[in-house]
Parts: sequence; structure tokens; C-alpha cells
Amino acid sequence: MSAIAIVFLIVAAVVVWGGLLASIGFLTARPEVSSYPPGGEDGPGED
Amino acid sequence: MARTARSEAVPEREQWSGQFGFIMAAVGSAVGLGNIWRFPGVAYESGGGAFLIPYLVALLTAGIPILFLDYAIGHRFRGSAPLALRRLGGRLGEGIGWFQVVICALIALYYTGVLAWAGSYFVFSFGEKWGDDTLGFFTGEYLQVSDGAERPFTLDFVPAVLIPLVLMWIVTLVILGAGVVKGVQRANVIIIPLLVIAFLALVVRSLFLPGALDGLDAFFTPDFAALADPGVWIAAYSQIFFSLSVAFGIMITYASYRRRRSNMTGAGLVVAFGNSSFEILAGIGVFSAIGFLAHQQGIGVDDVEGLTGPILAFVTFPAIVSEMPGGGLMGALFFGALTLAGLTSLISIIEVVIAAIRDKFGLTRGQSVAAIGVIAALSIVLLGTTSGLIALDTVDQWTNNIGIVASAIITTIVVIWIKRRGGELARHLSAVSTFKVGTLWVLFTGVVAPVVLFYMVFEKVRDLITGGYEGYATWYLGVAGWGSIVLALLGAIILPLVTWRNDPDRFDEWPSKEQLRVTKGALL
Repeated sequence: MSAIAIVFLIVAAVVVWGGLLASIGFLTARPEVSSYPPGGEDGPGED
Repeated sequence: MARTARSEAVPEREQWSGQFGFIMAAVGSAVGLGNIWRFPGVAYESGGGAFLIPYLVALLTAGIPILFLDYAIGHRFRGSAPLALRRLGGRLGEGIGWFQVVICALIALYYTGVLAWAGSYFVFSFGEKWGDDTLGFFTGEYLQVSDGAERPFTLDFVPAVLIPLVLMWIVTLVILGAGVVKGVQRANVIIIPLLVIAFLALVVRSLFLPGALDGLDAFFTPDFAALADPGVWIAAYSQIFFSLSVAFGIMITYASYRRRRSNMTGAGLVVAFGNSSFEILAGIGVFSAIGFLAHQQGIGVDDVEGLTGPILAFVTFPAIVSEMPGGGLMGALFFGALTLAGLTSLISIIEVVIAAIRDKFGLTRGQSVAAIGVIAALSIVLLGTTSGLIALDTVDQWTNNIGIVASAIITTIVVIWIKRRGGELARHLSAVSTFKVGTLWVLFTGVVAPVVLFYMVFEKVRDLITGGYEGYATWYLGVAGWGSIVLALLGAIILPLVTWRNDPDRFDEWPSKEQLRVTKGALL
């Protein structure tokens, strides 16, 4: 593989897979907003 | 439509058991055949490594914004596409919803056919049954394709296709009949990890084949000149758009099964990047394998033909498997992955139709799954014959490139410009989610996306009108191709006139407009 192809492989991996890891990390760190507006409790719904 | 005539509201919806179940189902829907057989070839032909730039731009300016739009509509208005869009935009909105539902029904017709082929090839892998002439085997011995110019429609059934097709429909309807949590969610929670493991094994094996690095070199070497070509940018927007399963009701339906207090955009970023991550993985796997094929045949990677679509999967890949020592296992991994990826997407496509008829006609899940039997029967008649490939190819070309793109353009324009609900939806997403959206999101959704998509659909319509398609008979393209679009339009016009079983308008949004401080009629 040429150097430039390796660079682009790495960039793709870092940006896209890194984006996935970052978005998982962001969701894990802040799974919910700190406070919701009043209301919005769900009924049991059907299964 | 007098409200007094129907005092009952539409019943509460089924709900995912939580964030994880939703993300798995949404990833299952987004990751489909297009990730495996479309992305690698498109990227290679559109600038190689340099394609990453338009691809990421398209992801950020159209893919994620439209994904969030679908989420916002489904989550705020808590319904299938026709119900949620009706609550947002009255009869006009409902019509758009039904357009999307008909498109999904049409896609389900043929998508199951591809799954049946992939399932067959999974079995064929163990004996490498395709022999040396993989193209001849696929279109001849296996599909027995009729002449598309002379006999584009036949009722000559091919048992080797018919049997897996019926089996695939049974599996799909059993999963859908079991419900959102016990069927759809459970299937995805099992299948997605399995898919990732199978595909990772395939990629790792491919990387160690002779010639693999030449394949990767061809795939990742950037051609910066391609960035000056508008066609490359359109290819990037199309890839992102078709790959994410947006704008045809799926994400509206899936979002409607989330609890009201749910982080929508935070989960959406995981889904969007998860989908793209699988595409990059597929690119590495497919091009390592293609590098190996070139090496075995003593040709350059750029001389290998059949790099996208069904030909990549059912003609080129079997040839690769045949060249490989112990290739049967590799074939099984590839076709197994293709079947699993397609199955989770098919489930999401049919769930759009099930949710819509349940909401509209007050049916139970069992009744609506039974109604899908009509689509299954049609699918079996159309796809189980010698003209199945032609039906699939034609309906796919029109429903995707015209139907879904038109649906996206109309949805964005109606929601943002005509009904002016962009600001409300942005505030809704931000009120329940940790990743906030605002002006920029409305701008991407209301301006960038429709402009690019309009250019795409305009070019496609012009091509199809002037050039026809694949040399198939003109009358057939009129019936199966343009007829599909006419059918969806008829659905959009007629179905909103049919009375709802329960009152769709008896519904309170949460958070309310007051809580969100929405200014009526304002764009933002």
C-alpha cells in the first residue's frame, strides 16, 4: 500500500469509527437530559 | 370529519424496552444490503479515499439532519408515518405518510427476493455450487432469467427461488407477529452482534489473502480531481441518503415506539456513525477480497468488473470464494451476513406498513400481519418466477431513486416551509435529548437537503425518460416502474379520505408548544 492510501485508511478509521466511539461515549456519559419539562410520563403501553 | 363521531383516541403504542433496544433496531434497519454491496464500489469509483470528504459532508448536512427530522416527527407525534404526519400537517401530511407506506410495501415485495437469493447462496457456499461460470450460474441455472425485452413478465415459477422466498416471508412475518419488543427488538438484539462478528471474521480473513493490500491501496488512494466532479458529490449524498433508511417512514415508526422521555439525538448519532462504521468495514472487506481476485487472475484491481449491487454479491463474490482455499466458509460468512443485514432491514420496512394499517383501521398486530400476507403472496408471484430479477431491478430503480427521494423533498418542504414546524421540532428534540439542535439543523433540513435531492431526482427522471432502463420493454417500465410511483400517489390521495377507526386528532403533544415556547408561524 502507498503511504497516501495508508493515511486515508487511518483518517477514515479515526473519523468514522472514532465518531462511533465518541457518540457511544457521549450517550453513556449523558444518557438523559438533566431535567424534562413537566408531564410526559408514559402509560404502560401495550407489548 | 366530525370529531364527535369517533370519541376514542388512537390507543397507546408499543414501546422499546429502552435505549439499547431502540439503537439495535435502528442500526439493524440502517445497515442493509447497501452497506455491503453499494458503498465499497461507489466509494472506489468516486475518488477512492478522497470520497471520504463528500461522504462526511453529506452525512453531516443531509443524512443526520433528515434522520433527526424523522425521529422528531415520529417521537413528537407518536404514530406511524400517516398518523404522525397527519397530526403534524393534516390531510396533506397524512397523504405524504401513505405515499411512504406504499413505497415500503413495494420495496418489501422485492427486497424479500434478494434475501431469498442470499439465503440460497449461503447454502450453495458449502459446495461452491456455482462452479466456474458464476454469472452463467446466477442468471441461468439459478434464476433462469427470461429475456427482459421480449418476456419481462412470466409466470414460470423457479422452485429453487420460490422455496427460500416462501421461507423468508415466514421468518419475517413470525418475527413481526411477535411484536415490537418480543419480535423486532429481540431479533435485532440477537442478529446485529452476530452480523458484526461474522463480518469481522470475513474482513480479518480477507486481509491475510495475497493481493489484499493491493485492493486496499486501490480503495483508499485518493483521487482529488474527483472532488471537482459534481457527480461525485451527488454519489456521496445518494449513498448517505439510501444507506440511512431515512424519509420513507421507517425512522418515524421506530421513533414512535420510544418513551416520551427519551434521548433521541444522542441515540441518533450512534445509529448514524454505526451505519457509516459498517460501511467502512465493508469497504475494507470487499476490496481486500477483490485485490485477492485480481492477484489470482493476474490482472490489476482496476480491471476487475462487477463491483456493486447484485453482481458484486452473486457473481464476483462467488468467483472470489472459488479461488480461495477453504472458500466455502468465507462464502457462508458473506452470504450469512448479507442475509442477516437484509432481514433486519426488511423487518423495519414491513413494520412501517403494519403500524400504519393498525393505526388507521384499529387492527390488532395479528390482523395486520395477516393483511401483509397479500404483499407476501404478490411478492411470491412476482419474484419466484423467471422474470423475478427484472421485476426486482425495475421496482427498485423507481421506488428508491424517485419514490424515496421525492418523499424526502416533499416532507422537508411541507414540514419546514409550508407547515413551518421546523422550530417546534428542533425545540422538541433539544428538550428531550442531550445533543441540541437549532438553526443549523433547520437550515440543513429545509434548504441543503431538498436542493441536493431535487437535483438527484431531476437527473434520474431525465435519464429514465430518455434512456429507458436496462433495455427492458417500454410497456413494462411503464407498468412496473412508473406504475409504482402512480400507485404510491394514488395511496397518498385516496387513503386520507378513508375514515379513521379512532380519532387521530385527539392527541396532546408533549412537551406542549407553550413549554417549548414555540412562536406560531415562525420558521425557527
